[in-house]
Amino acid sequence: MSQVLDTPPQTTARPTTPADDDLAALAARHGLTVSGARPSLPQYVRQLWARRHFITAFATAKLTAQYSQAKLGQVWQVMTPLLNAAVYYLIFGVLLQTKKGVPDYVPFLVTGVFIWTFTQSSILAGTRAISGNLGLVRALHFPRAALPISFCLQQLQQLLFSMAALVVILLVFGVPVAASWVLAIPALILQFTFNAGVSMIMARLGAKTPDIAQLMPFVLRTWMYVSGVMWSIDHLLSQHNSLPGWVGPVLQANPAAVYIDLMRFALIDSFHASQLPDHVWMLATGWALLAGVGGFIYFWKAEETYGRG
Amino acid sequence: MAENPNDPIPTVIADHVDIVYRVNGTGAGRGSATAALNRMLRRGHAEKAAGVRTVHAVRDVSFVAYKGEAIGLIGTNGSGKSTLLKAVAGLLPVENGRIYTGGQPSLLGVNAALMSDLTGERNVHLGGLAMGMSREQVKERYQEIVEFSGINEKGDFITLPMRTYSSGMAARLRFSIAAAKDHDVLLIDEALATGDRSFQKRSEARIRELRQQAGTVFLVSHNNKSIRDTCDRVLWLERGELRMDGPTEEVMKAYEAFTGDNKPKPKPKPAPKVAQPS
Repeated sequence: MSQVLDTPPQTTARPTTPADDDLAALAARHGLTVSGARPSLPQYVRQLWARRHFITAFATAKLTAQYSQAKLGQVWQVMTPLLNAAVYYLIFGVLLQTKKGVPDYVPFLVTGVFIWTFTQSSILAGTRAISGNLGLVRALHFPRAALPISFCLQQLQQLLFSMAALVVILLVFGVPVAASWVLAIPALILQFTFNAGVSMIMARLGAKTPDIAQLMPFVLRTWMYVSGVMWSIDHLLSQHNSLPGWVGPVLQANPAAVYIDLMRFALIDSFHASQLPDHVWMLATGWALLAGVGGFIYFWKAEETYGRG
Repeated sequence: MAENPNDPIPTVIADHVDIVYRVNGTGAGRGSATAALNRMLRRGHAEKAAGVRTVHAVRDVSFVAYKGEAIGLIGTNGSGKSTLLKAVAGLLPVENGRIYTGGQPSLLGVNAALMSDLTGERNVHLGGLAMGMSREQVKERYQEIVEFSGINEKGDFITLPMRTYSSGMAARLRFSIAAAKDHDVLLIDEALATGDRSFQKRSEARIRELRQQAGTVFLVSHNNKSIRDTCDRVLWLERGELRMDGPTEEVMKAYEAFTGDNKPKPKPKPAPKVAQPS
């Protein structure tokens, strides 16, 4: 649009601009730093910790805003996962008869669906954490890792609503309250760490190539079907002895399957420790640390590039 | 100048800054799948061939801003004012040159963190936290923010969702939240255009206050009056180049002569905003 305007002759010399080489020296003398540089890792962790209240407030706000226009309001927090589980029960339990041979199939299925949904929505939200919030990233300064972490926290809060519904379902289907229920807490913490890590990896990838967000639903659906959400991995392995030897360990080491089966083991009395892979807690902790620490560092490495260009 | 240590303290130094935007999927390559694939695979090599266009938004701009200054940025639409502000805030990369800052420059733009489905009250908390205030600071300033915004003058609106607010009310609340924090360097992009006259007066007073609290304020505006009222120095950008840098009155006169010559309308800069006698 400036083409329509005449270009006036270069006017007055800039009075406040010193000679060229002085500027860098002037900046150095007064301890000014280059704008928009990436902080060191310890600095970054401190900044993130300082923003912890923002992270939680943002997550809660997102969660509340989600259903604020619906007539039933926050009831949907519980209704949505229940309806989801009902659909899976209809298809896999009733129509496909996956439930054959799995004791307590409804609690088994519902636990699987809820725990899987937690990982799935965390990763989906993480993929869009930067690319879907460019306005926020371009307007305000904060460690960008706050976004994927906040979205995972929102999913965790969502899961806690689902868990309340799950407890009711467990009691209705006659699963006894047991001391092992306490194990749900460490299992959730490990799963949250894993989810946050993967979300941060996906957030960086999604920020660079937004097309990944289109691809993720398919990847996640495939992951869901191999993770034993609606069927029992243990059951499958005992029925099909002809499968190559590596299939069992690979299926069981899949992090999603590990977290789902840990939760089933914690909550459902008919799900025995023998159905879990060896060293299951080590496996769960390993995945959490690998994804959590690795994802955080991977995300931090591109901190200064988010929201630019 | 600025050679001896008794000089004023610089807060922002722009050292021969160039800013270039790259826009994907324009020009020749648009819509063609092979071009898109080419672009993804050969990132950087075949930019031009694959339809990446570059826009040179800011060219070789240098200036030094000092503590306690209020600097206006003027120029016709698309002259690179907002781009320059974003770069000063560290939110856009520079192609060449460097921008040095003391303290953290912040763009007055808390809007993005606010959620229209939440009440004004929760948005004040969320916005404050998003800007980096602590929970205690937000609590302390809460009353001040609400009073400054004047949201509650016509009833208890602060407890209603923000989507029910008029655009003026929402804009006032946004400005009030953003201005509640003491910034080292505050960058304001067209924020004063909103709100009624009495709110504008209060905003200008608040900006003067922020300046006194040792900060530097940058103000982008098409409203020549608000530049005159708040700024003591003006940078004039045209086509991404720094045309002039000097005292407000001097630069404004040159700018008005420049724009006035080219536009038949009586107002030097018809702003697409709320009808305001300027």
